[in-house]
Amino acid sequence: MALDGYSEKVMDYFTNPRNIGVIDNADGVGLVGNPVCGDIMKLFIKVEDGRIVDAKFQTFGCAAAIASSSIVTEMVKGKTVEEALEISNRAVTEALGGLPARKRHCSVLAEEALQAAVLDYREKVGRKT
Amino acid sequence: MKPIYLDHSATTPVRQEVLEAMLPYFSETFGNASSIHRFGQSAKKALEDAREAVAACLGAKAKEIYFTGGGTEGDNLAIKGVAHANRKKGKRLITSQIEHHAVLNSCKFLEGEGYEVTYLPVDRFGIVEPAVLEDAIRPDTTLVTIMLANNETGTIEPLAEIAEITKERGVLLHTDAVQALGKIPVDVEELGVDLLTLSGHKIYAPKGIGALYVRSGSRFDPIIHGGHHEGHRRAGTENVASIVGLAKAVQLATGEIPCVAPRLAALRDRLERGIREKIAHVHLNGPPERRLPNVLNMSFAFIEGESLLLNLDMRGIAVSTGSACTSGTLEPSHVLAAMGVEPSLAQGSLRFSLGRDNTEEEMDFVVESLIEIVQRLRQMSPLYAQEAGGVES
Repeated sequence: MALDGYSEKVMDYFTNPRNIGVIDNADGVGLVGNPVCGDIMKLFIKVEDGRIVDAKFQTFGCAAAIASSSIVTEMVKGKTVEEALEISNRAVTEALGGLPARKRHCSVLAEEALQAAVLDYREKVGRKT
Repeated sequence: MKPIYLDHSATTPVRQEVLEAMLPYFSETFGNASSIHRFGQSAKKALEDAREAVAACLGAKAKEIYFTGGGTEGDNLAIKGVAHANRKKGKRLITSQIEHHAVLNSCKFLEGEGYEVTYLPVDRFGIVEPAVLEDAIRPDTTLVTIMLANNETGTIEPLAEIAEITKERGVLLHTDAVQALGKIPVDVEELGVDLLTLSGHKIYAPKGIGALYVRSGSRFDPIIHGGHHEGHRRAGTENVASIVGLAKAVQLATGEIPCVAPRLAALRDRLERGIREKIAHVHLNGPPERRLPNVLNMSFAFIEGESLLLNLDMRGIAVSTGSACTSGTLEPSHVLAAMGVEPSLAQGSLRFSLGRDNTEEEMDFVVESLIEIVQRLRQMSPLYAQEAGGVES
């Protein structure tokens, strides 16, 4: 069933989102978006030896926003923080089997949430050293 | 369980009685009502009988009813028609910020032609204050257009009070009664309006048919040009089958208000009570009293409307939302914004609009479903985590 132009994969990640929740003592947290335009994403990452070992998210938003943030948590796991920064909104969209044109900004937001989380991680590491 | 339709403000199914009334006019009585032979004259009779019937239900005269292609066309015809026909008197109009886009965008179009439009604010319930309207009238104001009931919140506007003002100031008054018809009494004399739009598909008639009432003597120009149909005011061969259906639907809807409206209000109240009792952080959008009996607009804090809507749809429950995600504009409902509802709450708004086939069991099922869905979506919401004092970075 493809509702409102959503791919089956979007509906799958929307109805059964992977990695919902928070990471206590996360190494990096990214919070992006605002309620006026509809979506707020919060992304948590756990980093060990420069590699992302866990990622979780919380999202206030539509199906595309929830699916985008969920799939990006899967995409980053196992990647180095440098590799994680390479993940583009286009890659998020492709991983979801496409998004309706008016929902592309949700994948942009997922990319921004990830970048914000990595920047937060780098700031925290910088402070420690 | 059979799907539960709670989106009657969007559209309704065609009623059996309406469909049956229409059927002969697709095949047996197919004539063009403009033809003078017997085929044409039987269509013409059906057309004029329908006009009489619609007029009688509204307290109007038959010659004051013009059939249109629906509510949007009726609003366009009323607003552009009056503005154009009275442009020598003035090029100023007054409307409200919470009108349907058929009204707002007709006004915007006229602004492009050099007209000036005042968009009146509303209070937190969505009600236009008549005194504010009175202050906005200028000598060159030719038309005031204020909806009878709002399509998102069901708020009923004080049209009779507004009509006293427009009458005294010599300004024509139009109202979009598309949502109000069949839910509350609509009588053009009691309301005191000069023009009134109605639509078929909100009252169990087909889509693509409607009517505009225009008080005798009110000047308005056509917007569709062609033949002599509808007194030269709306060209195009009359859609006789749909017009017959519209008349039947108007008769049924207005006649049934005394028994249907209290039943719908009781169902709506049961739904509202259930939601309020079992779900925290919910807000009513619109006035508790002065609203249509079949509409409930509520905001569920910390979650976004499209997610709610899709989850309900997966359980067979159809509603609508004021969320930006479904408007196609990236901005939440202009109606809720004008009422001062904060953006995150407007994003989490749902409109439940009930109809004649809904039942108590359905209301209870909707409440039960909402409890689970709202809880699940809140658990994944960063806004809820903040509110609940959850983990903060």
